[in-house]
Amino acid sequence: MNTAAQQRRKERIDRGIKVRTDGLYALMSWRELAYLIAPRSILIVGLLILPLVMPGRYWPRVISIACIYALVAMSFDFLAHYVGLVSLGGAFFVGIGSYLSAILNTSLGLPPLIAVPVATLAGGAFCTLVLLPCLPLRGVYFAIVTLMYPLFMARLIEALDIVGGTDGIMGIDSFPSAWIEQYGVIVMVLIFLFGLRRLVNTDFGLVLRAVKDNDQAVKASGMNITRYKALAVFIASATGCLAGACLAHIYMWTGISTFALDFSILPIAATVIGGSGTLVGPVLGCLILVPVSELLRDFGTLRIVFYSLILLAFVVFRSDGLMAYGQRKYDQFERWTKI
Amino acid sequence: MEILIYGTINSVALALYALGFALVYGISRLPNFAHGALYVLSGFIAWSAINTLGLNYPLSILLTMVVMAVIGALIYYLFLIRVRGMEISEIIASYAIALAILEGLRWGGFRGMTYTLPAFIEGSTAIAGISVDYQRLLVVGFGAVLVIFLWLFTHYTRIGLALRGMAQDERAALMLGIDSDIMAVVAMGLGSMLAAFAAILLLPLGNIVVESGYNVLILAIAVCIVGGIGSWIGAVLAAFLIGFAQILTVVYLGSHYQMMVALLAIILTLIIKPSGLFGQQKELEERV
Amino acid sequence: MTGEPILQIKEVTKTFGGIIALNRVSFEVNRGEILGIIGPNGSGKTTIVNCITGFIKATSGHVYFHGKEITGKPPHKIADLGVTRTFQIMRPYYSLPAYKNLVIPLCSPRARRTGGWRGGGRLGDRNTVSIDIMEEIGFERDSYVPYKTTSTLPTGYLKRLELARCLALKPEMIICDEVFSGLSMSEIASMVPLIERLQMDGITLIMIEHRLRELFQVSNRIMVLNFGEKLVEGSAEEVMADPRVKEAYFGSEDIEEVMSHA
Repeated sequence: MNTAAQQRRKERIDRGIKVRTDGLYALMSWRELAYLIAPRSILIVGLLILPLVMPGRYWPRVISIACIYALVAMSFDFLAHYVGLVSLGGAFFVGIGSYLSAILNTSLGLPPLIAVPVATLAGGAFCTLVLLPCLPLRGVYFAIVTLMYPLFMARLIEALDIVGGTDGIMGIDSFPSAWIEQYGVIVMVLIFLFGLRRLVNTDFGLVLRAVKDNDQAVKASGMNITRYKALAVFIASATGCLAGACLAHIYMWTGISTFALDFSILPIAATVIGGSGTLVGPVLGCLILVPVSELLRDFGTLRIVFYSLILLAFVVFRSDGLMAYGQRKYDQFERWTKI
Repeated sequence: MEILIYGTINSVALALYALGFALVYGISRLPNFAHGALYVLSGFIAWSAINTLGLNYPLSILLTMVVMAVIGALIYYLFLIRVRGMEISEIIASYAIALAILEGLRWGGFRGMTYTLPAFIEGSTAIAGISVDYQRLLVVGFGAVLVIFLWLFTHYTRIGLALRGMAQDERAALMLGIDSDIMAVVAMGLGSMLAAFAAILLLPLGNIVVESGYNVLILAIAVCIVGGIGSWIGAVLAAFLIGFAQILTVVYLGSHYQMMVALLAIILTLIIKPSGLFGQQKELEERV
Repeated sequence: MTGEPILQIKEVTKTFGGIIALNRVSFEVNRGEILGIIGPNGSGKTTIVNCITGFIKATSGHVYFHGKEITGKPPHKIADLGVTRTFQIMRPYYSLPAYKNLVIPLCSPRARRTGGWRGGGRLGDRNTVSIDIMEEIGFERDSYVPYKTTSTLPTGYLKRLELARCLALKPEMIICDEVFSGLSMSEIASMVPLIERLQMDGITLIMIEHRLRELFQVSNRIMVLNFGEKLVEGSAEEVMADPRVKEAYFGSEDIEEVMSHA
């Protein structure tokens, strides 16, 4: 019956083992060097070229938005898979960042290029402070409480009618030029991507991963785990706030919708699809999801149905994501061989 | 007096929202973020049973409950069972299901204020000089009956006892020959049936709107968190606590603050006493 | 060999709900000695460790270290003072290579104060130091064992790793929660000299054990707990001669009577 299948089987051959196991070897061979550098350079060069090849004014804007989502997704991935704090409230960081930057810009008259970094740091500090009491919570509880924070902020702004109320803040300055706007976010994504990847491999990152693995042993090693968690939350929330601040200046408007579930759920979907725990995965996921979601804009809310179904399929059936698949394909040849 | 009556009604409504969520979480440790979506979905199923299929009201109620139980069980059996025990994946997966259902309904044209379910009994009566319609009284009555029924069910029937056993210690239950997967499916079916029950009782009081799916979820979570996971009495008491707090804020501060009460209750409870007012989880977590 | 008391436990009581896990337990540990704590299952041995190291808060009572009260302090503060512990159920970082397990305690404030090394300096970075500690505790430096993923190591090495984590902090005191349990005879035999060496290095030890023979071999004093209460305290011979201890371990006369009837 299965004669064809019996005579053939899929053969896997690993490649690049020498580089993967013995780092120095890469320096001695162009081939191996290229093997290491190629994926990274494809990502960097690709991201930098992308806006140039995109037609019109609309699609480069989509790339910017995708990059902003990518920042939020990276912050989610970092917190969830390297510190063990699953924050479903990415929107909280985005909202705080965008409101802070908007207020700094409109009330204090700071130019965007100053307002954004200030909002990033101040927003990170603010979010960390607010989340500080929740840090001892675990798993589901932390997830639920962080999901509630952005909803609460939105309702608070609505009820008290502060900072623009339901209308939001209008008349925010845009970035000085379209080039800065476009490449600012792209460069930020690259900096944060490689920065975070470095960070999780330092001793500090090792401690964070240990906190995720088993916090009791870290406590027994005489370390204040709340301090480490707070630092990690600061890094993650600053990343999210940066995204929010950029968003405010790109749209020249901010409002309650920055606290909406979109900014919580889409980055998570992107992380799951791209491959969680890789940090590159979320970026890739956003670069796929956001444009697809834009293409489906005509279908109204059906696009949310669409990407929630994709998310469901990935969580349930392919929880390691595209990156893991891609990496395997890159590291191994596959071919059919006769038996 | 008005506060007392409407507070009670609101509290019972909250308890109805929460019971299904509490049941599923208590038994299979699944934070069912699709609970609110199931609630709205059952409203629409009941509506279409009456208006599209032309069934009479009691029959369509029955149909809705059965269909919802099957849908809930299917959702669990097809998807959620594969991520069993991975809490975060469960949250994300069930939330994705919720989004798909709710936004699908919105896309399917269920928008606006035109969809309502009929009340069981029209009309109203006066209690201590305040007019209350019969449907609201029925909510309170059925709510009380439901709580008693669930208590009897979990304490005296075979399947109820099996569910409770699983809630306490899954491995021990496995050793006693309780198939925990099947039980989790049953729990999810029951949970969505409860959501349908709540929807049929409560939706005649207003319109069927997609947005209420999100609110019901938040309220259900609030009640469960404040009451403490795995504590029935806690959940009911928490429903009353939040219910009255909501009515009081609406009366004295304005309706903007109604949802904020629930959100604030969740955040504060988790910060101050994560085990909830009546839960015993923390004592266990403290042990090394 | 032993000196003044460095750890004093006074009237410590711990209740879980209605269950009394510890009932007014008091004892002292002297500098440089090895105190063994024995007792049947559920007698509160691990609870007393958790109370001392701050992992659970005692319901009442006081713990003093060097005369200063440490009751109710968080675990990391107590570890920072030099009171470290191992866990009965080993808690290594399973996903990391074995030696990376020690990099984490080496990042702690105490290790930075006491270690006398600076990152990348003459004594190398944390990885170098951790390999040194691993060798001290019985991992062969030249073998592949320290570099293996922790989850692949056998129990014996994991128990050593628990001790190594304590040593990385340069502790004054190590509380060992059943380091011998689950080990084979030969593994225990190689563990005993290690414990003795720790004592010679001036580290005070509290050992909670079920393996009485090895415990009596290394310890200076023995304390017996039963149902959360201190039964007796003294040398191994004194303790084992006490009828209450026999009763706790082998059951009361009542049970023997029942057995004889059966």
